[in-house]
Amino acid sequence: MLRLKNVNSFYGNIQVLKNLNIEISRGEIITLIGANGAGKTTTLMTISGLVPSRSGEITFMGKTIHNMRPDRIVSLGISQVPEGRRIFPYLTVLENLDMGAFLRTDRKNIKKDMEYIFDLFPILSQRRNQFGGTLSGGERQMLAISRAIMARPVLLLLDEPSLGLAPLIVRQIFEIIKKINIENQTTVFLVEQNANLALKAAHRGYVMENGRITLSDSAENLLSNENVRKAYLGL
Amino acid sequence: MEYFLELILGGLTRGSIYALIALGYTMVYGIIQLINFAHGEIYMIGAFTALIFTSVLTLLGFNEIAVIVLASLAAVIYSSAYGYTVEKIAYMPLRRASRLSPLISAIGMSIFLQNYVLLAQTSDFLPFPNLIPEFEFIKPYRHIISSPEIVILITTSTAMILLTFLIKFTRTGKAMRATAQDRNMAMLVGVNVNRVISITFVIGSALAALGGVLIASHVGQINFYIGFVAGIKAFTAAVLGGIGSIPGAVLGALVLGLTESFATGYVSSDYEDVFAFGLLVLILIFKPAGILGRVTARKV
Ligand SMILES: Nc1ncnc2c1ncn2[C@@H]1O[C@H](COP(=O)(O)OP(=O)(O)OP(=O)(O)O)[C@@H](O)[C@H]1O
Ligand SMILES: [Mg+2]
Repeated sequence: MLRLKNVNSFYGNIQVLKNLNIEISRGEIITLIGANGAGKTTTLMTISGLVPSRSGEITFMGKTIHNMRPDRIVSLGISQVPEGRRIFPYLTVLENLDMGAFLRTDRKNIKKDMEYIFDLFPILSQRRNQFGGTLSGGERQMLAISRAIMARPVLLLLDEPSLGLAPLIVRQIFEIIKKINIENQTTVFLVEQNANLALKAAHRGYVMENGRITLSDSAENLLSNENVRKAYLGL
Repeated sequence: MEYFLELILGGLTRGSIYALIALGYTMVYGIIQLINFAHGEIYMIGAFTALIFTSVLTLLGFNEIAVIVLASLAAVIYSSAYGYTVEKIAYMPLRRASRLSPLISAIGMSIFLQNYVLLAQTSDFLPFPNLIPEFEFIKPYRHIISSPEIVILITTSTAMILLTFLIKFTRTGKAMRATAQDRNMAMLVGVNVNRVISITFVIGSALAALGGVLIASHVGQINFYIGFVAGIKAFTAAVLGGIGSIPGAVLGALVLGLTESFATGYVSSDYEDVFAFGLLVLILIFKPAGILGRVTARKV
């Protein structure tokens, strides 16, 4: 469904992604793990069109999407929960969720999806009229994921959803990721520092080093791979 | 007491015109962190457009009301087109450049537009007809408020109410706020950011043009340089209120208008600028971000 072929991305003159090849099929949960600065965030931003790829090809459901405007890419069904959550600080929780549904026109279903979100995260319902900037870290992460869900994405890109959260909330968030993957057939591309958690949730995984994919395998195999265990699982 | 009331109303009138122009500065700053130095010229072009249309429509025999309405409309449309075009040719190509480049480009645009009007029109002051008739009901209160002042107050408050509604409740307004708060995130939820920026310039320019028509008709003369003077005042108002903040721009403009009005009324009109800028310095010492400005840590 999503395919990156020999993608090269740069910040100015510095090349970050080098000949990247990634393939994701419909309904999968795929994880991308790698050390700090490996280029994981850049990969997601390249898919979303915020970092231009200088060469190579990105296709999504048969359409070529590199060189496409970011808002067009969103309209094809790709939503991102970016690193650092990026909640709109002076929009209320409700308005933040509304922004997630920015390109949708089916008002009735938007209402329904909002109720669904408030079922998943009752705390957000209590905070609905509060500014996004006043939420706690955990609440922000819940809101960031909810905002992305509000777009009814076909492909959900998640950048380190567990960062800085209490273990209980992390578990809750991973439960929800699995739930929307199963219930809505949403394909998930998950970037994680917490490799153990990510590989347990995912079907397959990619390992990235210095902007290159050095390993790709089923999640089970990666979990038992010696090098992966040493480098990313701390075992 | 009556004199005091007169000064208040005069100050509010002046302030609300400043507000119309200040809104353009503050909205553009809020969304792309640019001081649009060419904004005063958009206001000036609005006044010139209105003058041209007024002359032509009057010659064609249109009645007074039709002339006011059509000339204002023409000014608004014309200025909006200028604002839109200036953004597209002078700022959009520099979106990824350092922050100084668009600033220089803005100063260049300002100089260019001034000289363009200077060459196309004249360097002399041109008389601007008083478009606003003397209302009957105002006669008994004439020593406190004039008909033009009433029209200015009503027009500007209507414009501001409409703007508030647009920003707060419409889809476009929400997209504008989201873009101002985090441009990249706005893209990630599907906002066409370039379009939002264009809309911001168009709205700001339309408001400035309205201000241009109202004040030109009130003062009675215009030339190519009026945009610079009004621009500085409106910019001051925007900074005073907290640049980037919409209610701040209105508040700052009203405070500035009242200060000038009182300085003129109780001291001398020679000192109105001294008081206006003295106030600016004073407020910025105690509230560096302006009256309603917020100090935000911005993520890029
Ligand atoms: N805006 C930028 N300008 C220049 N270089 C950048 C920029 N953003 C990231 N980089 C560089 O690109 C490289 C990859 O960064 P990226 O954010 O993709 O890493 P990451 O794998 O997400 O790391 P982390 O796990 O720490 O989030 C880094 O060396 C970083 O310094
Ligand atoms: Mg990252």
